[in-house]
Amino acid sequence: MGGNSDMKLIDENGIRIDGRKVDELRPIRIEAGVLKSADGSAYVEIGKNKVLAAVYGPRECHPRHMQNPAKAIVQCKYNMISFSVSDRKRPGPDRRSVEISKLISEAMEYVVFTENFPRTSIDVYIEVLQANAGTRCAGLTAASVALADAGIPMKDVVPAVAVGKVNDQVVLDLNKEEDNFGQADLPIAIIPRTGEVLLMQMDGHMTQAEFDRGLEMGVRACSEIYRLQKDALRRRYAVVSGEGEEETKGLVHAMTEEA
Amino acid sequence: MARSVVSEIKRDHIHRLIADGRRVDGRAWDQYREIMVQTNVVETAEGSARVKIGNTEVIVGLKMTVGEPFPDTPNRGVLSTNAELIPMASPSFESGPPDENSIELARVVDRGIRESQMIDLERLCVEPGKKVWINFLDIYVLDFDGNLFDACNLGAVAAIKSATVPAKANGLGEDFPMPVTCTPVAVTSVQIENSILVDPTLDEEKVAAARLTVTTDDNGDLRAMQKGLSGALTLEQVRTAIDTSRRLGAEIRKLIG
Repeated sequence: MGGNSDMKLIDENGIRIDGRKVDELRPIRIEAGVLKSADGSAYVEIGKNKVLAAVYGPRECHPRHMQNPAKAIVQCKYNMISFSVSDRKRPGPDRRSVEISKLISEAMEYVVFTENFPRTSIDVYIEVLQANAGTRCAGLTAASVALADAGIPMKDVVPAVAVGKVNDQVVLDLNKEEDNFGQADLPIAIIPRTGEVLLMQMDGHMTQAEFDRGLEMGVRACSEIYRLQKDALRRRYAVVSGEGEEETKGLVHAMTEEA
Repeated sequence: MARSVVSEIKRDHIHRLIADGRRVDGRAWDQYREIMVQTNVVETAEGSARVKIGNTEVIVGLKMTVGEPFPDTPNRGVLSTNAELIPMASPSFESGPPDENSIELARVVDRGIRESQMIDLERLCVEPGKKVWINFLDIYVLDFDGNLFDACNLGAVAAIKSATVPAKANGLGEDFPMPVTCTPVAVTSVQIENSILVDPTLDEEKVAAARLTVTTDDNGDLRAMQKGLSGALTLEQVRTAIDTSRRLGAEIRKLIG
């Protein structure tokens, strides 16, 4: 949060620099089952964010001393690839990614029925291919689709989104400029089935009223993302059962054409 | 890579098919898997590519900054190649600093690009002895089903060819396309049961005795080679692998021409 409110990020008509209204999400694309080696995987694009998630497990827990005799542990690793940001990031974990990994692990551990798989580890790898604010939310959104794709029993699929404050207005799904020069950032993840909050962080400055409005906006957006997550899973299994084959072929085709 | 255990029934199956002149996925010995190349997939990189060879998938990005040249090459840009075998790609990959496999992989890819003089490094000199372009070529393996050498080479070459030098953002005049002189292509073969098979899948790699990667340039000349695994190759087998590499290299070059 630069807190630099001189920078004009919303115009007189309430339109943001990328053309969105204050309560509008960036375009979202979600695909399940995109990798072969992983037990489950997902690809998520939210605006200019591109995120891949892969799940391995339940499998033997390494290191051994982390094993829990009563349940599985969920180990998420969030990582940004070196060329996902404007200045090259040195490969490997930094303090920021360690913190995000911990939060996402704790969040996912709550929704997975870990007691079904004692002594095992469920490993989730999140790789940010291209970053443009909101990568932890995109990562969590992808991770829960990948877990579902791996066939791991869960209480629910988890959507996540960030809300924030820009030019004294509460806005949904901050882009990079809004994240850098806005006044507050509030990433949240919810369990749509119960309405419980699974992840919440905040930095910046918001009044109680602004927070309430932001939260309400975020929860509404989460139900939209939730719909897209379930859609992606349905499409994935339509492919397995032979219904959605056309669509997959179209995608492969598109990929070759762009080359 | 990662010589993890392979079940005896699978090993026998692969051997028996080869004795019969066949492969698990029905390919001929000198037949490559389907290749997909997509360039400019990451906007934050100066050049990028996502490549699939069968089920093997890699993403490569090139980042460029201005920095100091090495003292012994004061008028040439710098190339630094790095490969990451991230745990997303395979149950046998672990997180942590690059291990011997990823270092060998990065060095073989680097050698093909460097020795073919694919990048005209002299044109990446800004001020001799003081300022040159530094190229960070980062390779991430996303899905591992064998033959990383070829996939990473192809991704790296495609990423370089798609790159734009960010001169404007560095206050050095107008952006210009990466100065590229040729297209080095690596083709890898393995020896199983005294047969030479091109573009091995993961299972084939696991039972292979020896591996040979041959990188050729636009003229079909050899630019880099790397023999791997603990077996040996006959001279005849080496010739077969090189012939295959030159022939298939020319085909693959057309894809990213």
